[in-house]
Amino acid sequence: MIELQGLTKRYGDKLAVDGLTCTVRPGIVTGFLGPNGAGKSTTMRMMLDLDSPTAGTVLIDGQHYRQLKDPLRTVGALLDAKAMHGGRSAHNHLLCLAQSNGIPRSRVREVLDTVGLTSVAGKRSKGFSLGMGQRLGIAGALLGDPRILMFDEPVNGLDPEGIHWIRNLMKNLASQGRTVFVSSHLMSEMALTAEHLIVIGQGRLLADTSMADFIAQNSRSYVRLRAPETERLLDVLAGAGITAVTTEDGHLEVDGTEAARLGELAARHQLVLHELSPQQASLEEAFMQLTAESVEYHAHSAPPVGAGAPPGGGAAVPPGGGWGADWRKKGS
Amino acid sequence: MTTPQPQAAQPATPQAAPQAPPHAAPGYWPGTAPAGGTVGYVSPIPVRKATLMDAVAAEWTKIRSVRSTIWTLSIMVGIIVGIGLLIAAGVNGAGSDMRGTNALAAGFFSVMLGMICVLTLGVLTISSEYGTGMIRTTLTACPDRIRVLTAKAIVFFAVTFVITMVCTALVGMIDTGLLDDQAEFASTGGEWLKVTVGTSLFIALLGIISLAMGTLLRHSAGAITVMLGVVLLPLVVAMFMFTESLSSLRKALFEYSIPMQLSVFYGVSGDDSATSLSGWDPLWIMAIAAAVALGGAYASLLKRDA
Repeated sequence: MIELQGLTKRYGDKLAVDGLTCTVRPGIVTGFLGPNGAGKSTTMRMMLDLDSPTAGTVLIDGQHYRQLKDPLRTVGALLDAKAMHGGRSAHNHLLCLAQSNGIPRSRVREVLDTVGLTSVAGKRSKGFSLGMGQRLGIAGALLGDPRILMFDEPVNGLDPEGIHWIRNLMKNLASQGRTVFVSSHLMSEMALTAEHLIVIGQGRLLADTSMADFIAQNSRSYVRLRAPETERLLDVLAGAGITAVTTEDGHLEVDGTEAARLGELAARHQLVLHELSPQQASLEEAFMQLTAESVEYHAHSAPPVGAGAPPGGGAAVPPGGGWGADWRKKGS
Repeated sequence: MTTPQPQAAQPATPQAAPQAPPHAAPGYWPGTAPAGGTVGYVSPIPVRKATLMDAVAAEWTKIRSVRSTIWTLSIMVGIIVGIGLLIAAGVNGAGSDMRGTNALAAGFFSVMLGMICVLTLGVLTISSEYGTGMIRTTLTACPDRIRVLTAKAIVFFAVTFVITMVCTALVGMIDTGLLDDQAEFASTGGEWLKVTVGTSLFIALLGIISLAMGTLLRHSAGAITVMLGVVLLPLVVAMFMFTESLSSLRKALFEYSIPMQLSVFYGVSGDDSATSLSGWDPLWIMAIAAAVALGGAYASLLKRDA
């Protein structure tokens, strides 16, 4: 269990982390989300006592990190992939960590095996790919068989097989009753792993909720309709008391009505439908909605060109009356 | 772009390590009474408190497992023994008299050159951790920063002392073997002690100052440059200080410059007017300087974010 109490970090006059209070519980994977520059890494460094907070405290099972007698057996952490000396072999890197905590030598081989680096154990980590470096970092985190694990952006640089592997690893670790705390800026990644979410933006806590609640609260479902006789369809819908919104590319979007009912309605009025599809706004969008105000580094998107919707990116932006307009207003 | 690559060793089962049954009985951990929280997982690995000796063992592994250490130390041995041998052979070949000294004095120059390697290595011992990010891993594994720096200092001091000791003893034997009949005085036991133990302690302490400088500046090139300046600059500045009014400053810079201090052990500091230091004085001066530098390094390490 990790408890953050009013954790604050100030660099000059910039608040990197602003009064963060939350608890990370054992037995589940807790996702730590935020856009780039939100203060995730700074928070994790303060949890490990690498950086000292301007105000507030972090308690690891009721103790400060510096008071831990056997840190690697309590907390295993992956900070950056390459927080290691490139000239040292994977085996020696883990060996010196094991020795510093009085962990038996045999553990080094075990964790190398766990992460699949046994065949390159004697190689210097300088020549490792980002993914291999990440695996070595994870091996270091697992070395003391700790009851708390912290991973900062663990899927960075991993190939699909590696991403799949680390997802299962984190779920397994949590199911053994360990506390697993994972940071990421990828909502879609978290949706597959985390049960609980802590979302921050510009150092402030935005959400501390279960994944299920987060999805329910933040994602919007709607039905997309396409018909040759759009005007008639709109009339029919209006007649039934249903508001529909026309999108730029001629679709209709309907909130809060089931697809089945819309289909039946169209059939009753003998309307041809070319499309009738229930849509769910992705968690990625929900996350962007939540953090829109607090994104530090905005890319300026190009204005839409003509009526033709830009492929890909444009499709994610909902039309005027939807929730999208709402958050865009807030964001500006 | 990326296709799933076949791994050399497929980690099919992510949990290869032997695991305790989940939710094993809590309360097994000595020394960690969870305040309010429950301990969800207990590791089967035997637990024991980490000590300073564990940190020393880890630092020893670190220092021996990097090629740059081995290279730098090899170069140092090569310089001290190699150049020492050349000088001895040269003086022997020339057949000139070594007036006012003993045979051991011929070893001074090569030790002074070899000393540069200690500066580099002392700085690199810690600054390379900052450069690579390893320091964060180190401090996560051992959050007691005093212990980390103490372990580094112990290991580095021991390594430098032993290597310098072996080299100086070797050069001393070569010098006495080749040059004893050319020297005016025979070398006494006390002189042997100063040239071997004294020099080795002096250089190991200089290594500690370099380690402290690496901790303070965290930047390899910068800290090495500063250490080279500390060693060489006073002598160079003193050489160009012609003004009469600065003569006392000039004398102090000259006397307390590190090469001149080292020369005291060899009795080659020239006429008595050149330096007022004698006997084991340089060692005490260096010990105080190392203590001050290390104190500053501790303070900096404790205060600053890693």
